[in-house]
Amino acid sequence: MKIETPDYTIIYNEADASIMCTGSLRLNGTQEYAPILNLFNTAAEQKFPVLTIDLKELRFLNSSGINILSKFVISMRQQQDTIIRVIGSKAVPWQGKSLKNLQRLMTTLELNIE
Amino acid sequence: MAEIFGDFVENLPKHAEYLIFGFSPNSISLQQRWRNNGLSADFLADYVKSFFISQPDFELQEEVKGAVSYIANELLENAMKFCEEEYGHPTSIQLHLYNENLVFLVRNSLNPERQQSFQDFIKTLDSEDLADLYIRQLELNALDEEHTHSGLGYLTMMQDYEAKLGWKFEVVKNKTTQESVPIVTTMVQLGIF
Repeated sequence: MKIETPDYTIIYNEADASIMCTGSLRLNGTQEYAPILNLFNTAAEQKFPVLTIDLKELRFLNSSGINILSKFVISMRQQQDTIIRVIGSKAVPWQGKSLKNLQRLMTTLELNIE
Repeated sequence: MAEIFGDFVENLPKHAEYLIFGFSPNSISLQQRWRNNGLSADFLADYVKSFFISQPDFELQEEVKGAVSYIANELLENAMKFCEEEYGHPTSIQLHLYNENLVFLVRNSLNPERQQSFQDFIKTLDSEDLADLYIRQLELNALDEEHTHSGLGYLTMMQDYEAKLGWKFEVVKNKTTQESVPIVTTMVQLGIF
C-alpha cells in the first residue's frame, strides 16, 4: 500500500511489517492527513508483533504531522499485542528533538535514532 | 492600546541582517499559499545557513537550518490559517539575525472573535508545566476529531527548540478604508549558540 506525491512517499510493506515515510510532510490539518492515518491504521489492524515506522528519510514534519503520528501512537496504546518501533536519523535535526515525545505517550515504544 | 504577552521585545536592537517577506491575503488560494509556506521557510533556513558557512561545526549548521525551517513554517501556517482575509491586510514574516540568536516576527490580521481564546491559551503557557501541557494537548487532540490542535506548533517551538515566544495584540487603521483591523504579532526568539 503506497501514497506517493511529489513531496512525500508513504509505503506500507506488509511482508516486513513496516511503514516508511520519506520526503517532506506539511499538510494542512487532520483532514489532509487522513489518508496517511488510514494507511497507518490498516497496518495496525494486522496486529503484527512489531510494527516498524521508518522515518529516517522524512526531512520535514509540521506540527499537524506530529499530531497525527502522536494520535496513531495513542491509539496503539490500547492494542497491547503490537510493539511500535520508530527509526529515526541523527542526520535529520527535527527527529532528535521531537520523536522522544512519542515515548512519553507510549512507554513501550522503541525509538532508535541511528 | 496594545496588549503584550510572553517574551515580546518591543524595540529590537539595531543590526545589519534581516529579511522581510510580505503576503497579500487575496492574491492566491489558501492551497497555493500553503505550498508557499514551505518554500519561504526553506529559503529563510538556507539564508541563515549561508551566514554560518565559516562555522566549522556542520552539525550545528544543520541544526540551526532545521530549526529555522520548522519555526518559520509553523509561524506561516498559523498566520495563513488565522488571518482574516476580509480585512485585506497583508501578512508579513521578518527574520532578524544577531550574533547569538535569531528573532522571527510574524504579523497578521486576526478575527476578533478568536482573540479571547487565543489569549487564554497564551496564558496557560506561563501558568502550566510545558511538558505536561504538551502531552495533555496531544491526548486531547487524539480524542476530538474536530480539534485543530491549536497551539501545538507553539508548544513544540518552546519545548523541542527552547524558543521564547511573545505576542502583541493591537488595532491598526487600514490606510485606504480607515477600517480598524485587529493585528497580532508573534515573536519567536531562538538561541543559536
